[in-house]
This record gives sequence, C-alpha cells and structure tokens, in this order.
Amino acid sequence: MSRRRLLPLLPALTLLAMLGPVVAGLWGTFLPAFGHLPAAGLTGPSLDPFRDLFGWAGLPRAAMLSVGTGVLATVISLAIVMLVTAGWSGTKPFRALERLLSPLLAVPHAAAAFGLAFLIAPSGWLARIASPALTGWDRPPDLLIVQDSWGLTMTAGLIVKEVPFLLLITLAALGQADAQRSVRVAQALGYGRLTGWLKTVFPRVYAQIRPPVYVVLAYAMSVVDVAVILGPNTPPSLSVQIVKWMSHPDLSMRLEAAAGALLQLALVIGALVVWRLGEIGVAALGRRWIASGARGRADPVVAGLALLAGSVSALAVFLGLVVMAIWSFAGFWSFPDALPNDMTFKNWARFGPGTLKALGQTALIAVTVALAGLILTIGCLEAEYRHNIRVSQRAVWLLYLPLLIPQTAFLPGLQTLMLNIGADVGRVPVMLAHLVFVLPYVFLSLADPFRAWDARMGVIAAALGAGPDRILWRVRLPMLLRPILTALAVGLAVSVGQYLPTLLIGGGRVATLTTEAVALASGGDRRAIGVYGLMQTGAALVPFALALLIPALVWRNRKGLRHG
Amino acid sequence: MDKGLSLRDVVILKQGAPLVRVHHDVAPGEVLTVMGPSGVGKSTLLAFVTGTLATDFRAEGAVWLDGHDITQSAPHQRRVGILFQDDLLFPHLSVGANLAFGLPPGGSRAERQARIDAALSEVGLKGFAPRDPSTLSGGQKARVALMRMLLSEPCALLLDEPFSRLDAALRAQVREMVFDRARARALPVLLVTHDADDAAAAGGAIITLGD
Repeated sequence: MSRRRLLPLLPALTLLAMLGPVVAGLWGTFLPAFGHLPAAGLTGPSLDPFRDLFGWAGLPRAAMLSVGTGVLATVISLAIVMLVTAGWSGTKPFRALERLLSPLLAVPHAAAAFGLAFLIAPSGWLARIASPALTGWDRPPDLLIVQDSWGLTMTAGLIVKEVPFLLLITLAALGQADAQRSVRVAQALGYGRLTGWLKTVFPRVYAQIRPPVYVVLAYAMSVVDVAVILGPNTPPSLSVQIVKWMSHPDLSMRLEAAAGALLQLALVIGALVVWRLGEIGVAALGRRWIASGARGRADPVVAGLALLAGSVSALAVFLGLVVMAIWSFAGFWSFPDALPNDMTFKNWARFGPGTLKALGQTALIAVTVALAGLILTIGCLEAEYRHNIRVSQRAVWLLYLPLLIPQTAFLPGLQTLMLNIGADVGRVPVMLAHLVFVLPYVFLSLADPFRAWDARMGVIAAALGAGPDRILWRVRLPMLLRPILTALAVGLAVSVGQYLPTLLIGGGRVATLTTEAVALASGGDRRAIGVYGLMQTGAALVPFALALLIPALVWRNRKGLRHG
Repeated sequence: MDKGLSLRDVVILKQGAPLVRVHHDVAPGEVLTVMGPSGVGKSTLLAFVTGTLATDFRAEGAVWLDGHDITQSAPHQRRVGILFQDDLLFPHLSVGANLAFGLPPGGSRAERQARIDAALSEVGLKGFAPRDPSTLSGGQKARVALMRMLLSEPCALLLDEPFSRLDAALRAQVREMVFDRARARALPVLLVTHDADDAAAAGGAIITLGD
C-alpha cells in the first residue's frame, strides 16, 4: 500500500534532486556576488565584488577564451558530425566510424585531454615518431602547443569528446526522421547524397538534437578540467579563474568568484541566445540554398574531408589512450625515441596503491549515485506508464536544464551556501551534486527503450492475473535488462568523470580518480598521469563492457532478447 | 443472466464522439463475433473489457462477468483472458516458465510442473517446457500462448484477431483448437476479426461495426 503512495511522489522527488541543488546553488552565488557572505563577516548588498571582477586585468581575455573556445568547439564538432552523417550514413565507413566512436563516449574528458596532450605536445608522441627523421629535431622544439594562449588545443580537446556525443545523439534522432527514404528521393532528383541529406533530413534531425547541442555549447564554455589540462594559464578561462578564487584561503575572494560565476552564467545565456539567432539566420540561408536547386557538385570533396576530420578526432582519443598506457609502463624514455628504452611495472607499483584508494572512493560514489539515478528514473517512467501521463516537450527541457546552467555558476554557490549554514562538505553532498548531472543522462538513456516496450505484454500479463508490481518486476524490467544496464553504465561513467562537483562540494577532501588525475596536471609527471588516466578510463569503460556482457550471458538462451 | 459475459449499454467515445456501441450478452460456451474494417474500434472494445482503455477514450456502460460488475476492477483482477494476433510470449522466460506465469499461485512445485506438462501434452508439445519461445514455429507459439492463457483459469476469453498472422493451413487448425477448448471450459468468447471465415467458424452471433 505504501508503495502505491510512493510512486506518484517519485517524479517530484526526481525534479527536486535534479533542480534543487541548481536553484539553491544559484541563490548561493547570487548573495555573495552582491557582497553578502556572513561566513566571512560581510553583509551586503554591495557592488564591490563586481568592481573587483571588472578591475581584474585578465577578465577580457578570460571571458573571450570562454566564449571563443566554447563556440568554436561546438560549431566544429557539430559540423563534423552533421557532414559525416550527411555524406556517409548507411555506408560501411560510417558504421566503422560509429563503432570506433561509441566507446569513446565513456572516456572521461580529463583522460581524453591528457591523452591529447601526450600526443601533440612538442615532446609528445607524434613529435617523437616524426623525429628526427622528418623534422630534424633532437630535442623538443620550443613551441607552446599545449596550453597555448588562444585556447586552440583546449578547443581540440573539447571537439574530440563532443564528436562522439553528438554522433550518438544524431543516430538516435535519425531513426525518427525517415532519413533513408528522404535521401533516396533527393538522389532520384539528381542531388548528391550529402547535399540531399542536408536539404531534406538536416532540418528534422537538428530540431531533435537541439537540446543536446545547447548542452554542448554551455558545457564547452564553462568546462574546468579540460581547461586546466589543455587551456592557457595567464590568464586561464573564466571558469578556471572562478575555481581558483574559490580555493583561495582568503574567504573574501569568494565574492569575486561569485561575481565571476554570475558573469559566466550571463555569457552562456548570451551565447545561447546568439546561437538561437544564428539558427534562424542559417535556416534563412538554407531555404535560399534549397530554392536555388544546387545539386551539390562538391559533395565528394566535402564528404571526404568530413570523414577525415571524424577519423582524426576518433584516432586522437585512441592514440592518446595508447600513449598514456605506454607512459604508465615506461622506464627511461628520452626524446626523440618513439618508444621507451624499457617497460616496467615500477610506475604501477608506485602509484597503484594511491589509484586503488581513489578507485574505492570513485566507485562508492558512482555506484550509489548511478543506482539512485536509475531507481528514480524507473520510478518516473513507471509512474508515467501507470498513470498515463503524457510528457510534453517543455518537460523534456527540464531534464536538460541542469546541463545548460554552467557548473561554475551554481556549484560555487552551493559550496558557499553549505558553508553559511554550517553543513559539512564531504562524500554525501558530493553524491547529491553528482546526482544532478547523472539523473538527466540516465533518464535520457532509458526513457526511449522503456517507452518503446510493447504495452500489450502488460495487457497479457494483467489478463493472466499479474498485478502492476508483478508486471514491472517479472516482465518489464527483465525484458529491459540490457537498456537498464546501459543506463546504469552511463550513470557510472558520468559520475566517474565529474571533476568540479567533487572538487568544490567535497571541499578538496573527497579524492576520486578524476580529481587526483587533474591535480597531477600542473606537475607534469607523465608516468603518474598515465597510471591515473588509465584507471579513470577503465572505471568509466568497464561498466559499459559489463552492460554488454551481462545480458548476453543471462539471456544466452533467449534469442528474442538478443537484439532488444 | 448469471453466468457469462455481458456488455450492457457500452458506448466508447473518442473526443466526445461515439465510436462503438454494443449491448449484448454472451452465454458460456458461446462466441460473439465483432467484425469491421481496421480502425473502427474493435480492439478498443476489447481494451475496455480488459480494463486497459487508453486515455484518449472514454467509455459508458458496464461489463458484467459471471454475475459481477467488473467495469471498475483492476485489469489483473478481472479474470478475462486475451489472445492477440502476436503470441506475445515473454521472451525472457522459457516455454514452461511462460505457462507457470499464467498458473495461479498454490500447489507444490511438482504439482505445478505436472499441470504445465499436461497442458503442453494436450496441445502436442510434450517436452517443450525448457525451450526458448523464440525457437518455436508460429503454430507452436500460438498453442503455447493459448495454454498459458487457459492455465490462468479465466472466466471469459477475448480474441483480438488471433489467427490473422497464421498461414491458411495452420489457421483452421489453431482456430478449431481455441474454440474447442473454450467450449469445453464453457467460456464466453468475444472474437474480434475482419475475416469472414473466422466469423463463420465461430458460429455465434455477429455484430458488424462501422456501418
């Protein structure tokens, strides 16, 4: 009986878990931004924090970095994904690229960023492989590639991670767009495959993937871990500077941090508005292009370049992971040797115990959070099914809201708020903060398969005398084992990759693989980074492997579930 | 009447407009056939009887089964069995476990197993209990679905075009099997179909919707 009363509460509880911390955090940012911070003996309102912020000489550059890297990364990764899909979807190279990119989705941003740095730095693997034969270098050239002041490497680091994300989102949208028939009609009318796709399918697909594209833009503009690893230092991007101010021993620096956080929020909102206007402009141009009747003579060239860009992006992550693995076993490795003189387990013996401790912390947080996210998600979807709730498009945007508000805008406020009310930082608050980001992804991952379940199975089971709970536990959930485990793996990977919530809400005392790895960035010990980066990647990837393996084993004698 | 399935002044409305109107009694062992082209609301009528009407529809009237008004009962408490055109065997359960799902709780494990084995033998599928349902042929699946439903001891039987996916030879055979068993158990049957052969084989009253 109590369960019957609990189920309708779950959607409300889910919204609270997802949006509560965001709203509280924004409030906690707002107060100190206007000079109100009782913990530091300051009471507002005052505009001094903003005066200090705008007095900081690095601000224009920091703000420009945030906007520039974010917009550039979003435009380029979206262009790569759209053009590759337009030119190649349904072909063998596309399926190959798809298979290559899917596992990359789970690779944490920090690990991908380290891998990229190991690859393209002046003393990186590419330079080593090319030297001295091609370049003539016998010592690393004096170039500022990683942490370049324009943030180009940081942009590249974001692109290689956003391409797999946008591709998988696009693939999901393609299924509902009737793409193949549209392209076939366009081709019959003499259009090239790529131009035909852009003119007929792209508008429908883009309308579907718009929320995740906005998420990419908001994320790329305010990312911290990738920026710490690959971004410039003097000054850093705005979000990194906010975190620096937050960790300053002088509490009054938090006021400036809060003002910066509000500026970061304003920048993201502004960029989203400009992006929306850009969409309208592109649509107008597109309509004119469609009306012109151009058949797309340059299609093969564009498609070829897009495939090249997509492959380079995928290879960069893969080779980055390979070179991280090599470094983790490397003994002496002098420039410009392509491989170390000797391979050794010494690095693992030295850093292994530390990573295991961090792994324990990471796993405890990730498993708790992912399970909580999964239970809330199933509860919401089941409540929707039992009570025949129709979900509107507007409600879907609610799911994306926590991903659209920059982390640096509300997490500092959340920490300050906890400080003000005397709540202790630590593991449980970190879990709650992770849940904000894990829930939307788990929900988005499970919602479609859960809703696609043949409801007649439920009618049959009820006609056989099974009540709603028995149908859920004995029929629906077992049949959905594979998507449920995939959603769980998504939740685990999202939690494992979280940097800022762990750092800020954990007060620096909750050490996960991600925080430990990013903390190594400034030291530049490649062997340590290799060990931590690999462990971090493994922690995110292994659950996905299990999500494939477990259903295959459990249902090995059930042909009907092999593809569903 | 006491025994049997009774649809009393049933009107199903879609957006306020009446879609289906039925007032009919089905005596035990008899078949009421509802005919009409697709989209006319035949399956909607069955959904009303099973208690799984979609929210876009509204219904008036009552369903009585064996002297009880079941209009407001939960779907799983109605004791109304249904067969669809797809077998809808649970793909994660073996053939035997599918049958066990239908069997009401109670009895020892051996007794339950014996009833399942007997049900399988009855339709010529002796020894099929451990099989994966997706390895069965269409006719075999249809027979398992039928026995699963009968094991749940329903008091009425709804058929939603259950023979339309079977090829002609199999069709007559499965149809005969279903009607024989319904008669043997004195179940009132509500058959929805657009096939005149089905209606003729059923041999009961016929209502045509959508005229």
